Amino acid sequence: MSKIKSAFENGKAFIPFVTCGDPDAETTEAIIREMERNGADLVEIGIPFSDPTAEGPVIQEANIRALAAGITTDKVFDVVTNLRSGADAVKIPLVFMTYANVVFSYGAERFFARCKEVGIDGVILPDVPYEEKEEFAVPARKSGIDFISLIAPTSQDRIGTIAADAEGFVYIVSSLGVTGVRDSITTDIGALSRSIKANTSIPCAVGFGISTPEQAAAAAKHADGAIVGSAIMRLIAANGKQSAPVVGAYVKSMKDALRGL
Amino acid sequence: MSNQKGRFGIHGGQYIPETLMNAVLELEAAYNHYKDDPGFNRELTDLLNNYAGRPSLLYYAEKMTKDLGGAKIYLKREDLNHTGSHKINNVLGQALLAKKMGKTRLIAETGAGQHGVATATAAALLGMECVVFMGEEDTKRQALNVYRMKLLGADVIPVKTGTATLKDAVSEAMREWTSRIDDTHYCLGSVMGPHPFPTIVRDFQAVISKEIKEQMLTLEGRLPDAVLACCGGGSNAIGSFYNFINDPGVRLIGCEAAGRGIETFETAATINTGKLGIFHGMKSYFCQNEYGQIAPVYSISAGLDYPGIGPEHAMLHDIGRAEYVAVTDDEAVNAFEYLSRTEGIIPAIESAHAVAYAMKLAPAMAKDQIMVITISGRGDKDCAAIARYRGEEIYE
Repeated sequence: MSKIKSAFENGKAFIPFVTCGDPDAETTEAIIREMERNGADLVEIGIPFSDPTAEGPVIQEANIRALAAGITTDKVFDVVTNLRSGADAVKIPLVFMTYANVVFSYGAERFFARCKEVGIDGVILPDVPYEEKEEFAVPARKSGIDFISLIAPTSQDRIGTIAADAEGFVYIVSSLGVTGVRDSITTDIGALSRSIKANTSIPCAVGFGISTPEQAAAAAKHADGAIVGSAIMRLIAANGKQSAPVVGAYVKSMKDALRGL
Repeated sequence: MSNQKGRFGIHGGQYIPETLMNAVLELEAAYNHYKDDPGFNRELTDLLNNYAGRPSLLYYAEKMTKDLGGAKIYLKREDLNHTGSHKINNVLGQALLAKKMGKTRLIAETGAGQHGVATATAAALLGMECVVFMGEEDTKRQALNVYRMKLLGADVIPVKTGTATLKDAVSEAMREWTSRIDDTHYCLGSVMGPHPFPTIVRDFQAVISKEIKEQMLTLEGRLPDAVLACCGGGSNAIGSFYNFINDPGVRLIGCEAAGRGIETFETAATINTGKLGIFHGMKSYFCQNEYGQIAPVYSISAGLDYPGIGPEHAMLHDIGRAEYVAVTDDEAVNAFEYLSRTEGIIPAIESAHAVAYAMKLAPAMAKDQIMVITISGRGDKDCAAIARYRGEEIYE
């Protein structure tokens, strides 16, 4: 059984995202440790890509800063190796979020084997839909890495097929468009979540547009967890190398909002 | 093993966010429904002939032929189309299809502005809303085309991310499409992106080679020995090649933008310098670094300044059916001036890349051989930039 399931055994899951290497690898490491300490149930680690087409401006800029500061796929693997070793090793599940070309250029087999080696539990590729997933999901499975599927408000008749074949958790895309903070989320998450749950027993978490504790609580009411990315990257853009405690406090406020739901 | 739909050999596919999947499936279904529909084709042919000015001329460039002293040279004059380039062929087809699908809004990316102008034109004609994404760098290089698009009623959004050129305009148009799908069709301008775009755009551009073939048979009673076209994403090139793919005696030559040279980083010659990757919805060749980060490519030509190439070209390269050569900024500018002075035809700087290679190739061919160069667009838009390249202070 996938380790990812354990992230959903502590009430509603809070899943923060961080772009690795912004402003530098050491800060990312410190941030992820703070995230775990403050109640994060799983962390999504973004491997930067030069042209992230699913991202809004905040994460696009984080990607560009991280690449300009010299991060590479190999250095991201080193960060995870550090996180998973020593007395204070991070225990919660960790998943990568990146783009098809980052994995493809590394060699999918080699990429997923490295994931296993360093202690990654799952991979999210937003530009790989159900139709193209075998190319990645097969080598991922071979290394015991969950290939995480996304379901969008436009998925409609595709939900059953995608959910039935999903691994780890199902990523519910809350809204049309790209990642980024939104004032309100108008999609009927409850209806999406019910269609998904009719086809799979794995948990589902909602992302895209969530920034406040209220939004997280509202989204997680109908799902098993909430995912937050842009709001965190905004804090990191503002606080640079001093981000870890700020992000930690934010994660605590978000996880607190999900307790007791 | 991967999805076989929309594949050209190993290339192509549908590498896009789940949010867009039903939109491309709907587009594919609509295209399959209308492509052989007599009513749709009558309407499209009427627009192509009576609005865009097709068929375009196949012009015998006698002075150029004599001057170069080798193959007989014909120019396929896509520059004479309404809006000044081949882009209108595809845009009229897609706009009509979008209208049949009930869409009321067209969005598009543009590099040199030719595709943006064509899309703005079709939107004006068919009464649709239009938004064009253009790299901020390109809005400066092609200021006149920005004004033309606005004049035609389109909104032009300067894209400031990344290199602020064509690749970023494509990314931003894709982002816009994921946020507004119901009423919006993404009118992609080249034979790239996720299936079914490379097939749809190729089919609408194939009119170029269909006409070349008919005109050549009428004029010369035989097929040409070589067909040359400039190649960024590759829409005018695939349009020029398509009906000759099964004629092995016809050499097909795509001319890529080498920028300052393929040995430098300032190049956009994808087949010559790129490697296999996945980007902008497709598997194909891309200029990228060892970690798959897309390269900030460069060419003097905004329309060829793109780090990828359409998947069908990638396949034609793999099987050796088409050749892809690299042409530098300098060679293209020389050809731009050469064609202007020799034939009185000012080609787009994109098309000048094909002219430049023809200037090398023609003298090496026999006098009884025939070459066709597709002049994909006219060069009025480039005059100020070329003048500046030559060190003249000129303001548009």
